[in-house]
Amino acid sequence: MNSSLESVLQHPGIWRGSQRAQAAEAVLPTGFAALDAVLPGGGWPRGALTELLIRRQGIGELRLLTPALARLSEEDGWLAWVAPPYVPYAAALAAAGIDLAHVLVAKPASDADTWWTAEQALRSGACGALLAWLRAADERRMRRLQLAAETGRAWGVLFRHARLATERSPAALRLLLEPASEGLAVRVLKRRGGPVNRPLVVALPDAGRTTSVLSLARS
Amino acid sequence: MLWLALHFHSLPLEVFTRGAAVSGPLAVAEKLGGRTRVVACNAAAEACGVGAGMAASAAQALADGLVVRQRDALAEQAALEGLAVWAGRFTSSVSMAPPAGLLLEVGTCLNLHRGLGNLLKMARSGLEEVGYAAAMACAPSSRGAWLLARAGVEKAIHEPARLEAILVTLPVALLDQPAGVVEGLDRIGASSLGDCLRLPRAGLARRFGQALVDELDRALGRVPEARAFFEPPARFERALELPAPVHVAEALLFAVRRLLPELEGFLTRRQAGVQELELVCRHERRDATVVKLGFVKPVRDAGRMQLLMHETLGRTRLPAAVHTIVLRAPRVQPLAGANADLFRTQHGEADGDLLLERLRIRLGPDAVHGVETAADHRPECAWRPAQGSKRAAAANRHRPLWLLPDPLPCRDGRLKLQSGPERIESGWWDGGDVARDYYVAEDGDGARLWVYCDRVSGEWYVHGVFA
Repeated sequence: MNSSLESVLQHPGIWRGSQRAQAAEAVLPTGFAALDAVLPGGGWPRGALTELLIRRQGIGELRLLTPALARLSEEDGWLAWVAPPYVPYAAALAAAGIDLAHVLVAKPASDADTWWTAEQALRSGACGALLAWLRAADERRMRRLQLAAETGRAWGVLFRHARLATERSPAALRLLLEPASEGLAVRVLKRRGGPVNRPLVVALPDAGRTTSVLSLARS
Repeated sequence: MLWLALHFHSLPLEVFTRGAAVSGPLAVAEKLGGRTRVVACNAAAEACGVGAGMAASAAQALADGLVVRQRDALAEQAALEGLAVWAGRFTSSVSMAPPAGLLLEVGTCLNLHRGLGNLLKMARSGLEEVGYAAAMACAPSSRGAWLLARAGVEKAIHEPARLEAILVTLPVALLDQPAGVVEGLDRIGASSLGDCLRLPRAGLARRFGQALVDELDRALGRVPEARAFFEPPARFERALELPAPVHVAEALLFAVRRLLPELEGFLTRRQAGVQELELVCRHERRDATVVKLGFVKPVRDAGRMQLLMHETLGRTRLPAAVHTIVLRAPRVQPLAGANADLFRTQHGEADGDLLLERLRIRLGPDAVHGVETAADHRPECAWRPAQGSKRAAAANRHRPLWLLPDPLPCRDGRLKLQSGPERIESGWWDGGDVARDYYVAEDGDGARLWVYCDRVSGEWYVHGVFA
């Protein structure tokens, strides 16, 4: 193969079916070796959208992100939580190693404001990561978010319902998450690079194992 | 010493026009000796044949729809003070030359502004932003620079010899002398400064007064001139009358943009920043609307204020038309100036505070917050929204990542308790008394919940999710 063709093939917009795409943007190690192994570049894509499809809250979808969030919180930039369904609990975030000084929670009153907030946060370049719980998604708005993430070089994580798995999406990475006995079953629906057929199981750090201790006594 | 003189030749007109982008034919008239004469007029009026010195009635006959305003000397003085405040961004040595001039000592700040050419460019574009036009001239003596600017000779002169060569050609009418002296000079055939200089000094002083000789000496830089420097006011409050009533808040932005550079100059001069800004919109027969602007940290940059003002005004409804706006900085805080980079580092750095401010304007101040831990055993009291940047963080790995804002009654029999109990009894002193046993429970679908049994009622509740 001559060198000019080689250089063309180095272009990040081109990938060959036989191999995983070269990561155009920097990636963020997930903290789970099994997951890093299937993600292009070996981590969460920065400057792109990641879609996490879940059937219900609480199966460990946040624990999947906390190692990367903890790493990001050492850098400048916000970790923006837009329209979270519940309260992100400060003590648990701190326990996961996330610097609370970088956590920003926004609770927009309307859907339109939610989209606006997510887009502004991604585009501003002031956010290391954006976690958004969006409703009423359409492809045009998603594409705007994807472009905003590219502009702001932010890691945009969208939590959406698993029934949207068959819909088209401009997100660079789409993962379907399902509970499994020994952690979280992750199916890669879309990634930059060839498809992944087998689901993989990520062993999450165990949460909430308390021993029978009285809180008053421990203080 | 190098002096920069600014002569605002259209000041009588600009105090009326600078609040709006375009306006119809407008003339400013002044009553002199029983007749009202036009002092200045804008381009639209000039196109109809109106000119300075014309009787106001004649001007009105020439231009259809001409608006004639009475000259407002007080407004001009206030405008000149505003300009002196604005000029504080360039140098701290600003001297006023009423009614329409400013003298800036710039010789000491050329390095700061990367040379005279750059300084002049900044001054010119800055003046355009605040809505004034000026003739600018530089000379080693303040009087000399002022005469050049008055004459419209826009040159930067460093050597006294060159200054003299130009000054001698200027007419004596530019001198700051009584009309009788100028007339007298004209009568003896001395129409330019050069003519005066060629006359015997002693005779000139005897006939026209020492003041004339002194002024000539000062202009040429032979005698130093003592000038009083402008002291900026302690507070910033600047009003701008709008040429026409404004009904839509966003349309106020143009006028606000005129005032923000003055604020920036004020803050630069004082080495300060503002964290709050107030825009007072005055209505006819109604209380004024006050639009407030808050910043995360003290700021000085007019561009940043303008951006947030734009967002704020876009979300403001005016109850009535506005005729005057007042920009007010209630409190200024010390803020060190930014250091310029020796090496050109990468720009376009993201500004986290700006994002925060923009979100707060659109979503409301309470809808955007950080989180921090609080020293309390009750889970709902152990966190709180944080507005500042310092966050308390007490880690507890037995807590769920999601906390339900209101505990949910739980009657699901399929829950399997996995660990616990963790007993929390607290809050008897403030009325929020809790007595609970917390457990980690797993529901049938793979989610792990944080549940508690209320020890008073015996009811079960879900309080968190280990997401």
